Amino acid sequence: MISVENLSKQYGATTVVDGVSMVIERNSITVIVGTSGSGKSTLLRMINRLIEPTRGRVLIDGNDTTGEPAHLLRRRIGYVIQGHGLFPHRTVAENIATVPRLLGWDEARIRARVEELLAVFQLDQGAYAGAFPHQLSGGQQQRVGVARALAAEPAVLLMDEPFGALDPIIRAKAQDDLLDIQRRFGTTIVLVTHDMDEAFRLGDHVAVMSHGRLLQYDRPAVLLTHPADPFVSRMTGVSDRAMRLLSLTTAGEAALPGVSDGPAVAASASLREVLSELLWRGAESAAVMDADGTRRGYLTIAAILERGRPG
Amino acid sequence: MPGVAAILRFAALALLLAFLLMPQSFAPLFAPLTQYGAPPIYDQGNLLTLALAHLGLVCCAAAASTIVAVGLGIVVTRPSGAQFLPLSRTLVNIGQTFPPVAVLAVTVPLVGFGEKPTLIALFAYGLLPIFENTIVALQTCPPQVLEAASGMGMSARQRLLSVELPLALPLILEGIRLSLVINIGTATIGSTVAAKGLGEVIIAGLLSNNNAFILQGGLVTGLMAILLYDALAGLERRICRTAHLE
Repeated sequence: MISVENLSKQYGATTVVDGVSMVIERNSITVIVGTSGSGKSTLLRMINRLIEPTRGRVLIDGNDTTGEPAHLLRRRIGYVIQGHGLFPHRTVAENIATVPRLLGWDEARIRARVEELLAVFQLDQGAYAGAFPHQLSGGQQQRVGVARALAAEPAVLLMDEPFGALDPIIRAKAQDDLLDIQRRFGTTIVLVTHDMDEAFRLGDHVAVMSHGRLLQYDRPAVLLTHPADPFVSRMTGVSDRAMRLLSLTTAGEAALPGVSDGPAVAASASLREVLSELLWRGAESAAVMDADGTRRGYLTIAAILERGRPG
Repeated sequence: MPGVAAILRFAALALLLAFLLMPQSFAPLFAPLTQYGAPPIYDQGNLLTLALAHLGLVCCAAAASTIVAVGLGIVVTRPSGAQFLPLSRTLVNIGQTFPPVAVLAVTVPLVGFGEKPTLIALFAYGLLPIFENTIVALQTCPPQVLEAASGMGMSARQRLLSVELPLALPLILEGIRLSLVINIGTATIGSTVAAKGLGEVIIAGLLSNNNAFILQGGLVTGLMAILLYDALAGLERRICRTAHLE
């Protein structure tokens, strides 16, 4: 759990982050979203003390982060930045081994961890362990950047626009991978982005920032149904908010008990996807199936539309 | 055309070695440049010994310049040393603009004749390229890489040693190369204050009006400069390749 308490950062007369307080739950993904200059990156960097706050404090699991030298703190917190920042003169394996080396792990343990991470990130050991960053594609570089951040098994992972440099198709894949990784390692992830779609797709909680202030911090659905500020509505988008709301619920969660002879849809698909599928096929209802093929229930268009209304 | 370059390189090296080891066999070539039966080949000392002394002098000065210039470059690119950047730059620039002959004139009364004043002059003259290249190299390290290094938990010292300096190495080496090559030529003036070196041959030629001596001193110095430049450039390329720096 990360407690941010009344955190502020001033540069001269300019206040970049203004009295932000929030509690970030363990084992969840929290997305901080805002326009450029909103202070979201500064807020993130104050968590691992790349920027020292002017006022306020950050507690991780109850311990004040100023209790130890900043570089020791950072070895326990994963950090991923836009454009990956891989060390160009080091191989993929050496890049991933950075923090374990700093922590003085023995070579056998480092090698085992690097192999494990290469496998998790679908990078073939033989082909990529000895490769240099410039020999990889953008998506692979990004994966190595995340693998490097996770190498020392940090409980907290900070990500600053990690997918900003990727094209849309690779970005979607990277987002899916991140959700898998989060489930696999149970890491507490704080991610900064300016992309509301990304925030809704990844965030268990979303924090909206503007001009250094935290406007609203809640579950994505609440941001849509009960925006605390006109700026939050503008960020989340008014014109397609019903569809966004549908995209936050999976078919499995909304499935009603019973059977349907309509088309089969995956339980992991969002209601938005199911609705689109039903409209396309001209069907009234769909059978919801688990990944292993067992029936979870059914959904009708009317039941889906019910979910697209606030409250 | 690597083939041609390799042949030229080998030819220049062979020519230099042949001349230094067996200077008398080149006597017929230089004889037309002499008058009144003067010796066509420098005979007041061993050319090989002089060439080695010359090279040694330049390398010592370059080593000292490198240590000071790289050290200073590191200090003034740290946040705590940034305020010394203008001052350091001024000092290093003075070292370059102050003519080495003038440095000799100033230092001989202080440290006497011989190698010492020459070393001081070459040291001061060689600082600038190394210093400026070090600063540019350290200031142009990709900011994302530096941020990642800090974000991973490297201390300032670890970041400098394992990220910044390796990335800056090719440019620093280029500065050292420039400094060495400039000073191979400049070191000839050391002979005016009795430092052993190839300047002796040129000065002997000037004093006795022997064009063969002047040409020999100049040729050996020039060949050494070219070969050294070439060898160091090759070393830089090799380092860049093995470290995968483009």
